[in-house]
Amino acid sequence: MQYLVSVIDDGQAEATGRTDSASAAEAAAIDEFNDRLQADGHWVFAAGLAAPSSATVVDNRGDAPLLTDGPFLESKEYVAGLWIMEAADLDAVLALAADGSKACNRKLEVRALLREE
Amino acid sequence: MTDDVITRAHRDEWARVVASLSRRFGSLDIAEEAAAEAFAIAVERWPTDGAPPNPGAWLTTTANRKAIDRIRRESKRDEKHREARLMVDDSAPHSAGVVDDDRLRLIFTCCHPALSMDARVALTLRMVGGLTVPEIARAFLVQDSAMGRRITRAKAKIADAGIPFRVPVTDDLPARISGVLAVLYLVFNEGYLASSPDSAPLRHELTAEAIRLTRLMRTLLPADGETTGLLALMLLTEARAPARISSEGELVTLDKQDRRLWDPVLIAEGHRLVRLRLASGVAPGRYQLLAAINAVHTSAGDVRATDWSQIVALYDHLAAVDPSPVVELNRAIAVAELDGASVGLAIVDRLESSLRDYHAFHATRADLLRRSGRVEEARAAYDAAMRLSGNSAQRAALARRRDRLD
Repeated sequence: MQYLVSVIDDGQAEATGRTDSASAAEAAAIDEFNDRLQADGHWVFAAGLAAPSSATVVDNRGDAPLLTDGPFLESKEYVAGLWIMEAADLDAVLALAADGSKACNRKLEVRALLREE
Repeated sequence: MTDDVITRAHRDEWARVVASLSRRFGSLDIAEEAAAEAFAIAVERWPTDGAPPNPGAWLTTTANRKAIDRIRRESKRDEKHREARLMVDDSAPHSAGVVDDDRLRLIFTCCHPALSMDARVALTLRMVGGLTVPEIARAFLVQDSAMGRRITRAKAKIADAGIPFRVPVTDDLPARISGVLAVLYLVFNEGYLASSPDSAPLRHELTAEAIRLTRLMRTLLPADGETTGLLALMLLTEARAPARISSEGELVTLDKQDRRLWDPVLIAEGHRLVRLRLASGVAPGRYQLLAAINAVHTSAGDVRATDWSQIVALYDHLAAVDPSPVVELNRAIAVAELDGASVGLAIVDRLESSLRDYHAFHATRADLLRRSGRVEEARAAYDAAMRLSGNSAQRAALARRRDRLD
């Protein structure tokens, strides 16, 4: 199965005076964790995200695309990055996420991708 | 006659049928529905046709057929629709002392830590215990429809999130077992001291179900000390139930109970299990220590014959394993018996910041203040305990103790 593992920032970036990405120590730990994901066949994709304030919401359900500056949800907590991981089942991905949370020093949300059969 | 056979078959076979279908078809939903249908057919046919010689095999075969019917029906109706499948791991458990039984896989799946506690309790009672949705709804005082949704949502999460149908690996096993035991103990406690003013103070159907499921767990994990400990704890607690509510509907505390009403059969079994754990020589966990404490209480024919020094020693041990304020509160009660009310009270007073919203903290403090002759403070503490207790029999007992203060 594949899982979306979202990195939830609840104040870490702000506390260190940055608006995006991880500190040098966090980045090093994340690199090491990513190497392991790749070596063990769990890595599908990973990326960090620019600050939520840089987001644009597009809604083209009406006559013309409506653009709104900022994220769709204003919140102190926001998604700062993501992984797509390949794992046998929830137990396997939760064990990986536990290590990933340590590495990036943030909490993670684990959500399965819908399966196509 | 046939009714008895059906009741017994339901009690003995429900979990087995659901578990084996869950594994075969990879869906708790299909397994539950097909098992329910098979039992409904038994209720209809057995009284006229007579019960089959092997009810378990009959039920499994019938449920299998029903499940296959449903899958055929659904695949015809909507070719593109495929139900998310339960992740079935067919390898034998890697853990020593674990019986390879589908029921154990079912229990661990229903008690998975990624589910909310409410969902784990409801799912375990439905899938393993075989209680109906209205029965579970009544036990937890929620609407049938709400309980139905809770169970449906939990089954959907198991399928969608990929919660596996297997016994956890050795490294995870102790934590996962204690997760299952926590669910069973919660069911027991809800029966033993109902938390809502709208339900009966003692609900035997819930304590009995918790004991039955813990017995099953012990059959499946015979080597696990904490499982045995929890069973012993439940038996020794349940043994005192007949003395626990007075004829006026008040909760009777341990020191005031008529010990002749205690159930000697449950006590004998509980004591045997505690001795079995002592003989194992393995360091006891929380449930085994609580069981041992209850064994000391139930060994005394009279409250004055209680071996308080042994109880304090067991609580010291428990506080080392489980350093929680609630354990410390109970240790203080034992210390008060051994060294005097004021010594116990000093321990209790240190717990105020963490337990100020807990009725038992104020009730304990009230009793110790009364025994220390501090009447006005005792009265205020009884009032605080009554405000925080949700159990009607307990409130009645507290009111009486308060009104007896001079």
